[in-house]
Amino acid sequence: MSAHQQFADDLALLALGTLQGDERVALEKHMEGCPACRRELERLRGDTALLALSASGPKPPQRSRERLLKAIAQEPRAKKIPARRSSSNFMPWLAAVAFLLLAGFFWRQSDRLAQRVAQLQDESVQQQAQLERAREVVSTLTSTDAMRVTLVAAQTPPQPQGKAIYVRERASLIFLASNLVSLPPQKAYELWLIPTNGAPIPAGVFKPDARGSATVIQPPLPAGVEAKAFAITIEPEQGSATPTMPIVMMGTGE
Amino acid sequence: MSLVWGIRSGDKSAMATLYDRYSSLVYAVALRVLGETGAAEDVLQEVFMQLWRNPAAFDSGRGNLGAWLGVITRNRAIDGLRKRRPETDIADVVVSVEPDMADAAERSRAMEKVRGALVGMPEAQRSALEMAYFEGLTHTEIAAKTGEPLGTIKTRIRAGLQALRKVFEA
Repeated sequence: MSAHQQFADDLALLALGTLQGDERVALEKHMEGCPACRRELERLRGDTALLALSASGPKPPQRSRERLLKAIAQEPRAKKIPARRSSSNFMPWLAAVAFLLLAGFFWRQSDRLAQRVAQLQDESVQQQAQLERAREVVSTLTSTDAMRVTLVAAQTPPQPQGKAIYVRERASLIFLASNLVSLPPQKAYELWLIPTNGAPIPAGVFKPDARGSATVIQPPLPAGVEAKAFAITIEPEQGSATPTMPIVMMGTGE
Repeated sequence: MSLVWGIRSGDKSAMATLYDRYSSLVYAVALRVLGETGAAEDVLQEVFMQLWRNPAAFDSGRGNLGAWLGVITRNRAIDGLRKRRPETDIADVVVSVEPDMADAAERSRAMEKVRGALVGMPEAQRSALEMAYFEGLTHTEIAAKTGEPLGTIKTRIRAGLQALRKVFEA
């Protein structure tokens, strides 16, 4: 017995097409991983074919032959295979056309894949930059070396307030402001880094939102500049190279 | 397998030759299952038309045509007998069988061997095998009909098939 003993009887029933239900499901599942049972099933199907030979009886009537030949005459084959002689000239062309179609298809697929890869690489670079920026923000906010400056107006409420957090070594500056007065359309606030030596350095132009809040996150600054103070002036909205008096807010290190 | 190639090429005379060679076998199987000439003629027509429409369903590398037609015919006739839709596609039927049924003399010798093997079997075994094959009964139905245990019926059917195989292995 080449097949597994516990399935031997069911294999014979499956070959006959009479195995049903759970028994059939279990056997078919077993056969997926059992070449021996698959081979035995094929042999048993051959055995069932032998049974057909035991059938005997009269020959079919002549009308059956005529009926069949009439039917096939009325039903030309949809997929007639051309004779070899005529196909010999035509086949290379068919093969060439098929090759070109396939080549075109794969080229288009390849082109699409290349575009997709480039797009994903761009997205990856952007995400990496955003991640680095976020890390830098957190690092600046939590740095023990950071100089923390609160800027207040001398006027009565609502009191505008600004807070600058600056790490000199990394030239990293975060500025948060609230209660700022809104400005005319062509005007904007400009933040200045006042170094211990030298002229004020522009540190970002900004406009407050409807609630008077504004932020400046890591404006471009020269590295290693020691800040004496931070100040805010009102400038044209494109910003200025030097502050325009008066200074509306100012603060030194805490 | 030049006849099948002819049919694949749409050659009607190849179909006529193939019919002349195998129609007796196909008709005998259909008539044995259905027991009625009109229904057997319908199955005969259906089986050959299926081959005409889809000759690629028969893979000469995986069985001989006579055995394949016998199995297709039996399955279609059982479907008709049990008033059910055809359960298997003809392209899914693979028959691996030893005797070459293309030759009339070879086919005749094979028939004699099979009939001899059936005659030589215990009556209960032959009966179980024929009920399963020609009536399409499940082992449960055969057990209910004969009053024998299920396991006994299963074993008889398997042993009967293997007895047929041994005739051709000897």
